[in-house]
Amino acid sequence: MRGPGRWAVLAALAVLAVVMLFPFALVALNAVKSPAEYSTAGPLALPDGLYLQGLADFWNRVGFGGKLWNSFVISGSVAVLAVVLSVLNAYALGIGRVKGRLSILVLFLVANTLPQEALAYPLYYLAKAVGLYDTQLAVIIVMTVIQAAFGTYLLSAVLGQFPKEILEAAAIDGAGRLRALWQIVVPISRPTLNVLLIFFFIWTWNEFFLPLVFLISNDTQTVPVALAVLQGEKYMDATMSSASALLGIVPAVAFFLIFQRTLTRGVTVGAIK
Amino acid sequence: MSVRTRGYWLYLVPSLVLFTAVIVVPFLMNVGASFTRWSGVGTPRWIGFGNYARLLEDERFWQSFQHNVGLIVAMAVVPTAIGLVLAAALFDYIGKRFGPRTASALRAAYYLPQVLPVAVAGVVWGWLLHPSYGAVNEILGLDLDWLGDPDLALATVMAVMVWFQLGYPVVIFMAGLQRVDPAYYEAAEIDGASWFRRFWHITIPQIRPEIFVVLLTCTIAALKVFGPIFVLTRGGPGNATMVPSYFSYLNFFQKSNVGYGSAIATVLALIIIVVTFLFLRVQEREQ
Repeated sequence: MRGPGRWAVLAALAVLAVVMLFPFALVALNAVKSPAEYSTAGPLALPDGLYLQGLADFWNRVGFGGKLWNSFVISGSVAVLAVVLSVLNAYALGIGRVKGRLSILVLFLVANTLPQEALAYPLYYLAKAVGLYDTQLAVIIVMTVIQAAFGTYLLSAVLGQFPKEILEAAAIDGAGRLRALWQIVVPISRPTLNVLLIFFFIWTWNEFFLPLVFLISNDTQTVPVALAVLQGEKYMDATMSSASALLGIVPAVAFFLIFQRTLTRGVTVGAIK
Repeated sequence: MSVRTRGYWLYLVPSLVLFTAVIVVPFLMNVGASFTRWSGVGTPRWIGFGNYARLLEDERFWQSFQHNVGLIVAMAVVPTAIGLVLAAALFDYIGKRFGPRTASALRAAYYLPQVLPVAVAGVVWGWLLHPSYGAVNEILGLDLDWLGDPDLALATVMAVMVWFQLGYPVVIFMAGLQRVDPAYYEAAEIDGASWFRRFWHITIPQIRPEIFVVLLTCTIAALKVFGPIFVLTRGGPGNATMVPSYFSYLNFFQKSNVGYGSAIATVLALIIIVVTFLFLRVQEREQ
């Protein structure tokens, strides 16, 4: 195709891009309108000016700062702990090649694909029994294990390729196993570990089901749970809905922009998930 | 030798302890509870396969699996099909004629919904689709209750899920295409093969492993789908958008039918495990 044909293809793909992005644009547009403006001019009109009261009201009513902090604490802790566990497991499975490594890997993989519904009620029951119900610690522990199951699978393959000579040289120099892990394997694998860290953070941030089950009080809820639970409530009008949508979108898009390179490079690695 | 591996075993201990406590024991408890009548308090009463027998006759259960099939179409089949065309067009056409920057900007636009927490995507669409003040009716000049009309609700949820999922295959397939030797395309172009022939005979066979991975992961995601249903419709109106995961949640936490909910969750888990193994088997044979 020459001449106008190629522009037609570009135009078609661009129209699709606009359709995909349209909800984002509408959310941004309407989150800065006043309720009166929304009801007279409708959702498609450009805003008259910047009306930030709706956003501020919603933020205060929900205690949004607290939700952000909860999400951050949970996602950050899970990311770090799950990477640590994944490294320990992958060290034993990928480098140590312990007996039965294949069955252990399959077990981890199955655990990662299990529907959380098949664990939820017993976990809820056990958490209540040990006094961890409605605490962030409960979600952190459970999510750490689920994410580490995937991390182990991925990292074992990476460490399976680890150059043996370096480890042998270290052993000759008298480095024990723990020192070899800490001072050789971890620093050399750092790029992969960073990708895992970012993925675990974002996956945990986006997680919905388990936080919904475990975090029922206002003080412990994460961003997605708070927004989803509020959505059904009566006082939510059109502008408040768009304000809540915007506050849910902004952190996610910010992570995307900050980590874009790692994510696009790593998404193919994460494709196994 | 055995001393060497024993040393490495130690590194698995923390995980195996946590894994047992968080996955193995709860899963076995769930299977155990599925053979009982239990409200969540008091002693469970053993009823053998009673819950499973009840499931087979429960219309809501069968409907919920039918809806899952619809969601597999919306979350796995359609995005994979469209994603293939988009990825090939961006890689093989736009990238070559308008530069890689244009191609990656378009790719980013398609991918953006994927970065949202799925519950937040649901909040966004719940607002856009609102029957009285939503933007979708305003744009289309219609007056439909997209999520409240039993005849429309599932199709609406499916459309939202296509929007949400589309970017994932595009990104994976474009990454896969980087692996393909450009000589194939050049040779085909010299032979005068049309774009469609190149797409059919080079692109698709070359990225077959990626197609498998995307279909597997998206099918599992569709079987597990919970967040969008919770936020958009809560399974309603009536049972129009009920799915197994939400159905089990409902039995656990609202109806106090823990035994019945456990049976649903167990069946769902089995289906997902079987699907995973079938996919891996087929994939192995392909290679």
